[in-house]
Amino acid sequence: MATGLFKEGIASGRLPAAQVADNFADLHPRLDRHEAVVEADRCYFCYDAPCMQACPTSIDIPLFIRQIATGNPLGSAKTILEQNILGGMCARVCPTETLCEEVCVREVAEGKPVQIGRLQRYATDVAMAQDKQFFPRAAPTGKKVAVVGAGPAGLACAHRLAVKGHDVTIYEAKPKSGGLNEYGIAAYKAVDGFAQAEVDYILAVGGITVKNGQAMGRDFTLSSLAETYDAVFLGMGLAGVNALGGEGEEASGVSNAVDFIAELRQASDLTSLPVGRRVVVLGGGMTAVDAAVQAKLLGAEEVTICYRRGKESMNASTYEQDLAAANGVTIRHWMQPKRIVGVNGATVGIELEYTTVADGRLVGTGETVTLAADQVFKAIGQSFDAAPLNGSGPKIALERGRIKVDADGRTSMGKVWAGGDCVADAREDLTVAAVAAGRDAAESMHRVLVTA
Amino acid sequence: MADLSSTFVGIKSPNPFWLASAPPTDKAYNVERAFKAGWGGVVWKTLGEEGPPVVNVNGPRYGAIWGADRRLLGLNNIELITDRDLYVNLREIKQVKKNWPDRALVVSLMVPCVEEAWKAILPLVEETEADGIELNFGCPHGMSERGMGAAVGQVPEYVEMVVRWCKANTRMPVITKLTPNISDIRKPARAAHAGGTDAVSLINTINSITGVNLDTFSPEPMIDGKGTHGGYCGPAVKPIAMNMVAEIARDPETAGLPISGIGGITTWRDAAEFMALGAGNVQVCTAAMTYGFKVVQEMIAGLEAWMDAKGHRTLSDVVGRATPNVTDWQYLNLNYVAKAKINQDLCIKCGRCHIACEDTSHQAITALVDGARHFEVMEEECVGCNLCVNVCPVENCITMEPLAAGALDKRTGEVVKPVYANWTTHPNNPSAQVAAE
Repeated sequence: MATGLFKEGIASGRLPAAQVADNFADLHPRLDRHEAVVEADRCYFCYDAPCMQACPTSIDIPLFIRQIATGNPLGSAKTILEQNILGGMCARVCPTETLCEEVCVREVAEGKPVQIGRLQRYATDVAMAQDKQFFPRAAPTGKKVAVVGAGPAGLACAHRLAVKGHDVTIYEAKPKSGGLNEYGIAAYKAVDGFAQAEVDYILAVGGITVKNGQAMGRDFTLSSLAETYDAVFLGMGLAGVNALGGEGEEASGVSNAVDFIAELRQASDLTSLPVGRRVVVLGGGMTAVDAAVQAKLLGAEEVTICYRRGKESMNASTYEQDLAAANGVTIRHWMQPKRIVGVNGATVGIELEYTTVADGRLVGTGETVTLAADQVFKAIGQSFDAAPLNGSGPKIALERGRIKVDADGRTSMGKVWAGGDCVADAREDLTVAAVAAGRDAAESMHRVLVTA
Repeated sequence: MADLSSTFVGIKSPNPFWLASAPPTDKAYNVERAFKAGWGGVVWKTLGEEGPPVVNVNGPRYGAIWGADRRLLGLNNIELITDRDLYVNLREIKQVKKNWPDRALVVSLMVPCVEEAWKAILPLVEETEADGIELNFGCPHGMSERGMGAAVGQVPEYVEMVVRWCKANTRMPVITKLTPNISDIRKPARAAHAGGTDAVSLINTINSITGVNLDTFSPEPMIDGKGTHGGYCGPAVKPIAMNMVAEIARDPETAGLPISGIGGITTWRDAAEFMALGAGNVQVCTAAMTYGFKVVQEMIAGLEAWMDAKGHRTLSDVVGRATPNVTDWQYLNLNYVAKAKINQDLCIKCGRCHIACEDTSHQAITALVDGARHFEVMEEECVGCNLCVNVCPVENCITMEPLAAGALDKRTGEVVKPVYANWTTHPNNPSAQVAAE
């Protein structure tokens, strides 16, 4: 019977513990002080800087970098956090190569942008290591706000409201706060319990009570919140996962990539986490890459991402695709799942059909290929689950299956705002966009609350 | 192949790169290593009079300022003249000169401002068969408090007097090293010339405090909580030194007086610039103290390559070539009109030119054109100040383009005149001279 790497099927302990620990080490080790100063010195302090315009939270990037260069990392952290209280996590998970660093003039000039993300992490790490709080709360307003979801949108909203002097209660369905930061991103992007440390840092502002294990539609209703609180913010993200719609999906070995990632993030011992010898990941986004790379790092022998369109259509950034390739993940394009091949209810392979674009539509070519697979992860998108909303209170208008909001984040229901992945105009489902939405909704709520 | 061999006040060296009188030339061990590395000559660290050696501080002797990646830009020191026994130094000088007959070996001297003191030391140096002496009239700290170094260099009459004593009491060539801590460098140079010096060397170091420790409020370098001004040198002082060299080179009273250029020379290019302004050779210290003696190899190779590329055969083809082009402001051609031009292919759109011009100059560079980020010079506002060129991070992206005679200067609405005209005859000048009939 083969052991370790070559165990058939889905098995744990494919790699020695030391190897696993090494595999899941910090993706980008932090810059030390000198490295940060040298990198900061590369910034040209551009006029009306393109990086700042590209940042969904509009962080004053040239200013925070200059503060690092001049030996004021705490001032730098304040510059970052006043726009983005989750600046520490965003420094780790933002696809900077398609945001600030893509438009850095040094990227344009020499293909080597200032490493804005790593500098942001340097400054925020300094502040968090000292537990330095920058934003004292305003005098109490006596207003109470409920926030549904302790993810990036909810936390950003709650923090801004707390600073304004309002009392906030966050209702979170999961046992831990942090949302996708805690459950939904690759472990090597947020090592050493950073997601919880950041939650603690944000809550340290005061005035925020978090109730974990409280799911809307199960433990409370939206209408009850609207009755009890002066305002409500909905930031519950996307609870649904798109189905394959293929034959044999119920076979054991087929699961959602987000569940695999969440399980991995919560595992106390990664060597006990089972993974297939041959893994296929269906999808083309960040979740697909996070699942594929981590499967590989756990010791899967073969990991293949199958995406139904071409490379240029993948939502995963080029950087993420390269990261996958560097970790030994194979990315195959133009193929869609047709059938899970099972034996005695267990997955042994997946049959895929090649695709092409005909008359502007994606169609199967009829040709198929079967890949051996013990485990298949679905990462073909998440969807908003509206049932808890509509079943529990007045109907909230939806748009394209998600909550419809105006420019201020207001829903069609009075006193209720929403932001983050659960709203219709969520920008690319990015953490940083969710933070901006939560923050801006808080500002809108504050304007209403103080005039009410 | 260019010939780098140098003859300076009769002293021959295989190249014009000498090490200045400073810590790198304090003893035979260092000087031997320097010659092995290729230095053309050294000025041995300053000897004092016979007796108990001077005493240095036992804490930091140096302070510094840095640029990006801790590149050392300026260094300051509070070290005194040699603290080794006079006779040990003299014995080593004699031996090193014997070992390296083709290299220049000049001895720096500083003794009290009385003729007997100079009369006493000069024969001792002559006996070593060193090639010449350099009078240290520049050291700005410590020794100056005892009436030597810069205390002499700052009083032209003393400079002339001591030079005269030395010329009267030795056959060796005398190089007078000047302090920059004076308002008009030409005055001590003229004095040295009047005293009969064979050459001047400059600059010595500039009075400076490199920093203040904001925890202890102590100046740097700090000795037990206190600091004193040190002598500043390194790349940061080069522009100041070059101006002083040029001032002496173009002064009618000292024209033709050999100059040994010193001050922040780090590369072949720095050396070439000093020589073009009138220095017959150059002396280096901080570059060697930062990178070690090997830097001279870059200097030699670089100078050779540049001379070959430009067809300069010997150093005399280069020395003083820029001197005639150094003039007074009043003689600059006011009919010369240049405008900044931004090469859009090279522009990386950082906007620094715009904000510098907009906030601090003449509002002559766009930021947006037709709603798009676009930086372009508005000729009708551009005074040709060159600030945008200097703040642009991309070399040659912004250039100053002279307007040809006959072209319209859109700012003034006047046509560029083909003739030279300066302030002395300008109508706005109340003291304008009437042009001769």
